[in-house]
Order: sequence, then structure tokens, then C-alpha cells
Amino acid sequence: MPKRTDISSILVIGAGPIIIGQACEFDYSGTQAIKALKEDGYRVILVNSNPATIMTDPDMADATYVEPITPEIVAKIIAKEKPDALLPTMGGQTALNCALRLEEMGVLAEHGVEMIGAKADAIDKAENRQRFREAMDKIGLESARSGVAHSMDEAFEILERTGLPSIIRPSFTMGGTGGGIAYNKAEFEAIVRSGLDASPTTEVLIEESLLGWKEYEMEVVRDRKDNAIIICSIENVDPMGVHTGDSITVAPALTLTDKEYQIMRNASIAVLREIGVETGGSNVQFAVNPADGRLIVIEMNPRVSRSSALASKATGFPIARVAAKLAVGYTLDEITNEITGATPASFEPTIDYVVTKIPRFAFEKFKGAEPLLSTAMKSVGEVMAIGRNIKESMQKALRGLETGLDGFNRVVEIEGASRDVITAALSRATPERLLCVAQAFREGFTVEEIHAITHYDRWFLRHIEEIIAAEKAIATDGLPNDAEGLRKLKAMGFSDKRLATLAVRSVNVAGGLAETQAKRSGLLHDALRAMAGATSEDEVRALRHKLGVFPVFKRIDSCAAEFEAITPYMYSTYEAPSFGTPEDEAFPSEREKVVILGGGPNRIGQGIEFDYCCVHACFALADAGYETIMVNCNPETVSTDYDTSDRLYFEPLTAEDVLEILRVEQSKGTLKGVIVQFGGQTPLKLAGALEKAGIPILGTTPDAIDLAEDRERFAKLVDKLDLKQPENGIAHSGEEALAVAHRIGYPVLLRPSYVLGGRAMEIVDSDEQLANYIATAVQVSGDSPVLVDQYLRDAIECDVDALCDGEQVVIAGVMQHIEEAGVHSGDSACSLPPYSLPQDIIDEMERQAVALANGLGVRGLMNVQFAVKDGEVYLIEVNPRASRTVPFVAKATGSQIAKIAARVMAGEKLADLPPIKRELDYVAVKEAVFPFARFPGSDPALTPEMKSTGEVMGIDRDFATAFTKSQIGQGSSLPESGTLFVSVKDSDKPHILAPVKALIEAGFSVIATGGTQAYLAEQGLDVKLVNKVAQGRPHVVDRIVDGEVALVFNTTEGWQSHKDSQSIRASALEMKVPYYTTAAASAAAAQAIVSVKVADLEVRSLQDYYSS
Amino acid sequence: MAFSASSPAPHGATGVLVLADGTIIWGKGFGATGDAVGEVCFNTAMTGYQEVMTDPSYAAQIVTFTFPHIGNVGTNGEDVESAVEGAVGCVVREDVTLQSNFRSEVEFVEWMKAKGKIGLSGVDTRALTRRIRMSGAPNAVIAHSPEGKFDLDALLGKAQGWPGLEGMDLAVGVTRSGEESWNGSYWQLGHGYHSAGVGDRPHVVAIDYGAKDNIFRNLVRAGARVTVVPAQTSYDAIMALKPAGVFLSNGPGDPAATGEYAVPVIKALLDADMPLFGICLGHQMLALAAGAKTVKMHQGHRGANHPVQRVGEGWGETTGLVEITSMNHGFAVDADSLPAGVEQTHVSLFDGSNCGIAIAGKKAFGVQYHPEASPGPQDSFYLFEKFVGMLG
Repeated sequence: MPKRTDISSILVIGAGPIIIGQACEFDYSGTQAIKALKEDGYRVILVNSNPATIMTDPDMADATYVEPITPEIVAKIIAKEKPDALLPTMGGQTALNCALRLEEMGVLAEHGVEMIGAKADAIDKAENRQRFREAMDKIGLESARSGVAHSMDEAFEILERTGLPSIIRPSFTMGGTGGGIAYNKAEFEAIVRSGLDASPTTEVLIEESLLGWKEYEMEVVRDRKDNAIIICSIENVDPMGVHTGDSITVAPALTLTDKEYQIMRNASIAVLREIGVETGGSNVQFAVNPADGRLIVIEMNPRVSRSSALASKATGFPIARVAAKLAVGYTLDEITNEITGATPASFEPTIDYVVTKIPRFAFEKFKGAEPLLSTAMKSVGEVMAIGRNIKESMQKALRGLETGLDGFNRVVEIEGASRDVITAALSRATPERLLCVAQAFREGFTVEEIHAITHYDRWFLRHIEEIIAAEKAIATDGLPNDAEGLRKLKAMGFSDKRLATLAVRSVNVAGGLAETQAKRSGLLHDALRAMAGATSEDEVRALRHKLGVFPVFKRIDSCAAEFEAITPYMYSTYEAPSFGTPEDEAFPSEREKVVILGGGPNRIGQGIEFDYCCVHACFALADAGYETIMVNCNPETVSTDYDTSDRLYFEPLTAEDVLEILRVEQSKGTLKGVIVQFGGQTPLKLAGALEKAGIPILGTTPDAIDLAEDRERFAKLVDKLDLKQPENGIAHSGEEALAVAHRIGYPVLLRPSYVLGGRAMEIVDSDEQLANYIATAVQVSGDSPVLVDQYLRDAIECDVDALCDGEQVVIAGVMQHIEEAGVHSGDSACSLPPYSLPQDIIDEMERQAVALANGLGVRGLMNVQFAVKDGEVYLIEVNPRASRTVPFVAKATGSQIAKIAARVMAGEKLADLPPIKRELDYVAVKEAVFPFARFPGSDPALTPEMKSTGEVMGIDRDFATAFTKSQIGQGSSLPESGTLFVSVKDSDKPHILAPVKALIEAGFSVIATGGTQAYLAEQGLDVKLVNKVAQGRPHVVDRIVDGEVALVFNTTEGWQSHKDSQSIRASALEMKVPYYTTAAASAAAAQAIVSVKVADLEVRSLQDYYSS
Repeated sequence: MAFSASSPAPHGATGVLVLADGTIIWGKGFGATGDAVGEVCFNTAMTGYQEVMTDPSYAAQIVTFTFPHIGNVGTNGEDVESAVEGAVGCVVREDVTLQSNFRSEVEFVEWMKAKGKIGLSGVDTRALTRRIRMSGAPNAVIAHSPEGKFDLDALLGKAQGWPGLEGMDLAVGVTRSGEESWNGSYWQLGHGYHSAGVGDRPHVVAIDYGAKDNIFRNLVRAGARVTVVPAQTSYDAIMALKPAGVFLSNGPGDPAATGEYAVPVIKALLDADMPLFGICLGHQMLALAAGAKTVKMHQGHRGANHPVQRVGEGWGETTGLVEITSMNHGFAVDADSLPAGVEQTHVSLFDGSNCGIAIAGKKAFGVQYHPEASPGPQDSFYLFEKFVGMLG
């Protein structure tokens, strides 16, 4: 059945900003879909508010709308573009929900738009708990005992049937927001309440608990001829009770007999048929009772998902690409499997390796929230690793996580602890549970004991037990001194670094030395090395190479070697020379090549923006004629798509793994160099090891990057260039910190050196707060000093992005932050071009940026942050590498700055590359998106520590309209009337006057607490007094909870006031009331409310903006 | 680079695979000790190793499992495809793991020992598979000696002296010795195998050339009463059982060799307008009986992920539908040799090879793949229903 010719244009809805539960896997799927549809000649229209995506690159879709994904806005796009069809299955829950609303609103019928991929009824049937359950009953599949409640009373009725513990899942939310497991009645009531609230249909499903059951997922693809295939089975190591996005998972399923597997296969396909997913990919989740195999259907997603991205990367089968082709009428047998180039997509991939996924969490960012995993997803990223066995796969995943692990590192907290303490640690579903399992084996627990507590399958536990046994042997005997012995360990996935640590332990050196690895030379060191075999990662590597123990690279070919793979998609493993030299399938080419190191797992502070840059580097360097080689271990990304680079290594980003890849790549052809500046901190950290190994690094030198990050070296450059920095100092102890603070004067900004995402940064106003920070937030020592900066209160912060080729510096964009300096730049909204800065200030910042680029010797991208206070420009920091702002600047200006930078790094001159557009007749506003709702107990205030997971862009003819769009895009709809609550710190009072006045004139009524009310009333405004929380009830939180407040302006100063107002922000968050925690953002919001009518917003494509 | 036959066993090697070309593949032996000769093939299924090892079609074969972990679910009394000897051995990447499955009764290593099958672990099975893909399935000897003592020259001589599967009739070695009234039906979780229903059911005589039991279970499930007879049962003896239809089973070896005695019987059944259904070897011999030829394939098809498409007339709306199938064959019907009146009904989407035929004017058809699954997808049960439906 060939493609449909009765449709010619297709609207694709993206997933919007990166949030927990909906990350860059939807950029991956959307990008694949758009490419697939364009290949077939369709006109593709895209809407996605997220500028950091590859899919919104102007050369992807034919018309790209970076507009808020709301039914109202998308309706306008439909009215304008008149697409023939709408593909809603590529943009996660956001796209599905939006498409359903459009259908309900009659927009699709009005404009004759057909939903393809999944029909509205199928989506509803899959998402509506009651209908889904009835569908499962109809096809004879068991569901958990459950009921649907729309109220607390109904919920308690259902509880009689399900009993406790029970699981609560709100309808139509992604990642299980608002859901959870209740063990007692009080918890039950609390979770049901939050679930009803989170659900757009005020509906929750209450289910019997299947805690401890095994959990599986099947990725299914079906076409309109009713061909259905399973792409991948996934088994969760974490049993039921932990959201699958937060679970450690492996592929394929490892503990099912064929008979059981086929039951699941048949059931999965039956589910798709019954739900009515006519074409495309879906994910079906099952729970299996380990005692008798009883199978229960948990849920299905009638769209591509996080799991389908994982399945695609795990097997090489591009689910999203195929799903897009199926949506326009192709059948599976008509689509080629691009991995083999010789076989069709109508088959089931089979693999000859084991894939492990481990999620990455960010609990440390959300003080007050408990690091416990449940049915609501909380992870912010994930790592995937591939090995020829489960041990290698797991250990590669652990070191790929980049959380400081080299493998199954010890869990010091429970080391040598009592059995009760260890049992308690094992019983809690925390991010560290896998490591606790390993530690428990060290402490003498048995497989059966750990199984009884964790319900981890014995099969997995035995492999971990074997790893720990091998560790013990090394820690007793040192490293083996023969190839066979060492290869055995490497085949179990041990990293050189982990082996070094274990080897040193074998010498029984007391204290810290054993753990820190003895690196220095000398008699003691030589003696240590003689006893242990090696004492550092480098020495283990040297020993390994001396013994001829090298990894080999195998291909991911979707067919377990049955056919030849033409796509070089590879992973490393260690094979025994059972018949000659172990076979290596890397087959490097003779070409001139560039290796691009990716960013690893997503985390707060290092996310899709960096993957965007890496992907652009691949595209640009391929255009320039180089062979591009990507190394990354994040399955959610476009960079790990097999057709983004010429060659893809799916490997952890550690020195060991990368150096082995480079060894093979350098064996043939010419290595032009490695790009380490595009993937965030992850590849940068490897620069030293690469330089030491003599690997050429393209672009700005690591030394220049170090110069910019090293306080003392940088201060010298700043002096030389005669630029001005805020007063600052370095403290190696608490006393020193105090002394520096006194010299500079409060408020001061404190932070540890070398961080990304502003972790553990804080502004303090007093000796007491400073002491508290030193005591709790960081460990200050000679090796890890604390940086103390003068804090420029109320300063305007700016970002300047520039490019430099060694001869010329080009400014790519100047962004003015909306929140004042002190809020992490990743968390503040910003405007490009600046919306209120005088030209001479902008010119001065550009002049300084140029001086810095030249002074640092930048080759490629550079980002500078400035603070402007009282007409003076202060230099905050310089990052001579790709920064988070790059995709936003590129989308706002229409200039492909990451691509230009990559070519500059490879030696081309800016003069020979496309010029960057600076004159814009429109404004782009970036706004950050936060996951506070996922972390009950944490304070949703903006601080120097980055907490946002993603961003949106609003673009329009003026600032107020663009800002309004950015607010709608990030999920808060600005009210057009109602009550404003204001409570601001003294220094903000003058700033807040005009906005409040404007809102009163626009018809808002205003309530305020003591000082603010007094000030505003004094200025002649009609503002009513409301109690602070501490002043007795009814207080402001009561008013918010009762739904009487439509908008909150709340800024605080100092420790106490901040703590006091936390409940205001928390209740506003819970009630979904838009709230602004800085005066500048409040003013911007007021301006937007007063001057923009949401109903009158217009939509315009990027292509249209750029061509004007 | 391969080791020469005179290479000493590396430290700790207790198993070896000696290919007829002199390649020596060392590893760790498990299961039975001693040695066994056969053709080395590979299977890409990720589940169902016990079914594979008990499939008589694998007689005289050494199966290389491409999935690295084998043994995960142990073995049990149900996931058995035949009581006779199937594969003589297997080659795996990892040490066999201990089982973790509620249905498991005996660990895989113990089971291999009890069944007299030899295993070899610690081998780069992917490299071996690639080699088979590029240079064809080799003859070899697999050997296991806990002491690590091997007479490599003798093993090599044995591998080289083995004639290979081409021209070999292996069905005689794995077929039943007598007639058997079959009484098992399909398997259900929590219940096990159902027994055959009672009542008036069309009688199918199934010729056992090395059949998988699940074929008979599927025939029963589709509504037939099944009598299984040995491979060399004569036409008259079959007709004496008054069958409504005759089923031609799968089995090992070269269809041309087995066909020497089986094809005349099948021809006679065709001439008598007896409804016929053949699977794998049975399919190949049905094709031979209809005048087509069979060929030895380069590497064979062995796995549980093979797409097969319905082609030709007679499928109506389901023309072009794809079934994901279980396959295990090293010989195939040469589609170009199909005489007039024999229609190709199914083709492999992997390489276009023939996967099904129907004979015009007769109620006779066959498929190259394994609709009985076990292991593998169960997409093709309809064929059993179609056959039993013809018997009316």
C-alpha cells in the first residue's frame, strides 16, 4: 500500500519544553518524523514552543511555528496553514492532549483536518482509565482491581475493593504527576486530592497494589494492513511501584520463557488492535506475578514514548521514522530497514547484547523533597549502556551516569552498618538502591535475603553478587598479571579506574590513600604498584595495553549478525581470543574525521541545548566534507540517532572509553581532532586526558577554557583587559570566607568552584547565613575552595554570545534577562534583543565581549554574562564554549551559530561563512520551565542554583506580546482580571508601584501584606490588607487555596522572610496561580497583561520572520 | 587468524569446537562430556532455547545461540518439542546462568548433561555467526572434557570425515518407531497442556519426519483428531487409517534424501486428492512431489523474527499481510523450479526465498516456516485452522 496522495500537508505537534516525563526523546521522535514525511514530499508544518530542539530548525519543517502549544494557538495555526492532516503521536502527552482538545473544539472538523497516526477515539480509549479497562476485559486481559473516582467519596468507596496499599493514577497526566502509592488512609486522601487536581478531567484511577511484581514493557508497531511487530521487550529491574521512567531497565526481557514471552507478545498486539491504534508505535506495560506468571495489563501509550526512544536506540530500529511513514499509508513491508539496507522494516529486531538504562535524578536541587521513588516520575535524564552481558552492561551504565561512579562504588553510609540499617536502606526505593544491593552483598547479605527485601529478580542479583565477588578477589590478591585474567574482569564491565581503586585496596594501605589511588612516583609508589598490579587508572590502562587486552567494537544491526549492517552504529566489549584475535567490527575509514563528544545523560544545567550543539557540529562538519563520529550514551537524543553522524559509538563518556574509540579511529585515516566544547561539562572534563594522550582538540584550547574558569588566572586577564568584575575572593576555609565577605560587604554570592548549573550557589546576607552555608552546602578545603562574590542587588543581567576565529569576533546575540542578577541565568527569562537597555550599554558589553574573545584566544563559541547596575557594566563570567543560550540565539536570529562555530573550529574563517543576522524587527523571549510540582516540600523560588528543566520561546513583534507567549508556552496563563496578591521586599517597593497601578487600572483588585500594603496605599493605590501566614487566619495562603487569587507578586529578602513566604509560593504552585518572585518579572507580567489580549495573539512561522 | 590444529588448549579450556577447515574454537565445556559431530548453525531467537534444543529438525546440528545469556529460565517438563534427540550441542557467549523462573525444574547445564548434549561457552558467538553468514554453515565436532584433554587431530579428522547434511536422510533417526494416537492440545498459563477434545473430529494422519510436538497440539487445537505415524509408513498403511487429511511434518536433513522414500508416498496421496499440509521438510517434499526442486541454502534461516508475506491469488483482502515467523531450515524450495499448477503463496521478506506453496486443484499446501511457533511468534495459527477446515 503506497503512501497516501489525498493528503499533501501535515501538521506535527511537538512536545514543548523539556519537563520531567517529557524530555528530548520527543525531539528525537519529532525530528525523525519530519525527515521521514519530507522525504515523501509532504509539506510539513510544525508547532513546538521549545527553541532548543533540532526539529524546530528552520530547514527541518516547511513552516515552523515556535508558538505555545495550546489548543487556541494551534487552532490559529490550523486556520492559517490549512493542513490536510494532523500527526499527534510524536509530541508526547502534550501533543495528544492538544489534539484531543482540537477535536472536541471542532477545529479539526471545521478545517477538514484528519488526525493520522492515532484517531481521537483511540487516544481517548487508551488514556481514559475506565474505557481502557473495559477494553482489556473485552479481549480477556486481566487488569488490576481498581476503580475510577471523580471525588473523595468515590475514592473511599473504591478503596474498600482495592485495599491498602493502593496506587493512585490521575488521568491524562504525563509521567504520573499527582499520583502515588498510599500505605495508610491519610496518605490515600492526600494523594487522591492531588491526583484529582492534577488531572485535567478531575479523575483518578485507584488500583490494587502490585508492589513487588515484575514489570515489563513491549514496544509495538502496527500498520494499516494490520501487520504488527514487536520492536523490543524491556524488563524493569525495579519491580512494580517505581515509575518505569525512574526504574532501572534492561532489554531484552531476560527472565521469561518463550511461552510466557509469547503470551505478552500476543497480548500487546491484541491491545493495539482493541484500542484501535491503526498505525504507528505504542508502548504496552505489564505486571507479572513472579510466583505464577499471572499477567496484568498496566497501561498503554498510543504514541511514541520515552520507552520507544530507548527501544529504538537499543535495537537500531527507528520507531518514530517508521511510525511517521505508516501514518501516511505505507505498510511495514514497504519501508526499508536502513540499518541493513537490504531487509524491510516488517520484522522483529533481535539483539545479541544486553542494554541497561539507569535514570538520573536531581533531588539535590530540591531541598526539602524526599529522594524516594514512586509512581510519579522524578528523574531528569537517563543513561543507556550496551554490553555483551548484563554485568558489562550495568557497569558501563553506572559509569556513564556521571554521578561520580566508576562501577558499583561503595555506599559509605551503610558500610559496616547493622543488618537493620542495611535492610532499611534496601527497602527504600531510592536512586541509590542498586548500589545498596551491591553494598549489601559486601556486608554478607545473600541473594535470597536481598530478593525478599527488594523483589529484584534473583537473576539480576546473582550477577551483582558475582561482580562483588570479583571485586573482593581483586581487593585481596591485586590485579591479575595475565591477559586472560584481566580480560575476564574487563568483560565483566570493570572500568580501569574501578580496577585501580580495588587493586590499591589489596595492599591494605590504611586510611584515605587506598581510596584515592596513589599516583605519585617514588619508592612507596613502586612498592605499592608491585603489590597491587597498578595504583591508578593510567597504570591499569598501561598494564592492560601491555598485556594486549583491548576492547573490540561490535555493531548494533537489529538482526544479531544474520545480515550485514551498513550503518556503523557501535558499542565496545571484551571478547576472548577463542579463535584468533577477537573480531573488531569498527572498520574505521580512510577519511579525515572529526570526533564530537556528546553531553551524556540529561541533568538540570546540561540538557537538550548541548545535544543541539553537538548535532549541529555533526551536520556542519559533514557539510564541510569531514567524516563525523559521535560518542554519547544518552538514548533520548537526536545525537544518538544513527543517521545524525557518519559513525556512532554508543559509549560512556569517560576517558577510558573515549580513548579506546580514538585508538581505533586513529588506526586508519586522519583524525582532524575532537570537539569537546559542545557537550557541556561532560566532554570538557575529558579534555585533560585527551591532551595528555596527544589527541588534537579542535577550537578553543582546554587551557583557555580553564583560564576562564580559574578565578585567579581569569582575574589577571580581566585586569589586563581593564574590565570590571564584581568584588570577589576565594576562601579555603570558613574563616577565610567570613573575612572575604567582610571585605566585600554583604550581600555576597557563594559557590564552590567548577560547577555547571549553579549547584550549591547561594546569596547570603549575614554572617549567620554564611556560616550556615559553609556548614551545610559545601565542603570547604584546600582542594575545593569556595568563591565569594559581591552580589549586585537589582542589577540587570545580560548574556552575550559571540563567535571568534582568531582574527574576527562576531557578536551573535545580546540577551537581557528579565529576572535581576542573582537568579541563575538558566532559570531567568530573557529577551533578544534587549528590551530596556540603552544602546551605549549594549555597545559596551559587545566591546568587552570582543576584547575577551581575543584575550582568551577563542576559536568557536563564547558566552559572556554581564551585570548592569547604575550604568556600569560588570563582567560576571565567561564560558569560551557552547552554552545553553546557543539554540535560543540561533532560533531567535535565524543564524546557525553552532554550525558556523563548528566550521570555525575546524579552521574556516568567519568571513567565509554566512553572516549573522543582528537587525531584528521582532522580539524573542525565552522563559524557563520548572519541575517544582514534582518535588513536594521544595521551595519554588528562583535562586542562583539552577532548577529549570527546560525552556520555551515566545516570539512576536514586541516585547510584551513575546513575553505573553513565553508565559503561555511555559504553562501559566496570565489572567485578564481578578485579584493580585503583592508582597515585596523593601528595595522592590518602588519598582512594583507602576505595575500594580497599571493592573488596578486594567480592573484588577489588589491585596497585600503589611509593609507592601502600607507603601502602596501611601502612594494612593486601593490595596486591601491581608494577613501574613504568621499573623493568624484567614491569611494569604487561605485566600490562595480558596481560589480567590489570580496572580502573585512575591519577592523576599533575607533568610527569614524567604522561609516565611515559602507557603505562599507553594500554594500558588499547587493552585496553578501564576506567580513571579522578582520585581522585574512582575513588571514584565503586568506589562504583558495590560497590553496584550491573549485572544488576539497572532501566529507566524520562523521562516516568515527570517525572510522579512 | 585461526589456531592450527596443533595449538595447545589454553589455560582452563574444557571445551572445543573443531571446524572441518581446521579452525579451533576454545571455550568452557558444559553439559555432556565427549564429542559430537554436526553442522554448525546459528539461531537468533532471544527466548526458547529449550524448545530449540529439543527440535528434531536440529538433529546433527550444533546450534550457536546469538543471544549471549542462555539458561536464564532453566528447563522444565513442558517446553519440550520432542522426546527424541534434537541438536547435538550448542555454543554460547556467556557461562550458562542459573535459572530464575517459576516454571523452571532443572538447571540448563544439568539438563544438557542428562540429555547427552554438549555445550561450549565463552565463545564470541557473534564472530562465529558472521563467519557462518559469510562462508556458510561448517561441519564441526564439539567436544567437552572436564580435564581439558583433547585429541585435536582425531576431532578434526572426525569433522572432516563427516559427510555433511547434503544428501543425508536424518528423518529415519528421529521419527517414531510406531503409530501413536496423539492426545495433547495447546498450553495455557496456570493450566499446562490441555488434552484433546472429544467428539467427532476430522482424522489427520501426521507423518513424523522428526516432528515438533507443538504441530500436533496445534492440529488438535484447530479441531482435528491426530494419529502420528513413522516416516516410512506406506501409502496403503496411511489410507488404512482412513484419514480425512494427511499432515507432512518438519524434520532434519536433506529433503532430496528423505524424499527418496517419502515423495512417492506424497505423490500417491496427491493423486488420491488427499488434503495435505506440509511444514518445513514436509513442505519441501510436497514441492518435490509436485515436481519442484529444493536447494541447500548458504546459511539457512534460523530465528524467531523472520517476516513472511502472503503473495499470489487466493488471499483476498489479506494479500500482502506479513507474518512474523519462527524459522529453521537450511534447505529451501527453489521458487524458479515451481511447475505450472503450483503457486507460491508465501515468500521470505529477508531474501525472497520461497516460504509457501499451494497446489492448484488440490487441497494441498505447505509452508517453509514454523506456524506451530514454540519458540517464536504465534501469528500463523490460521494455517492449522485452514487445513482442518478443508477436511469437512
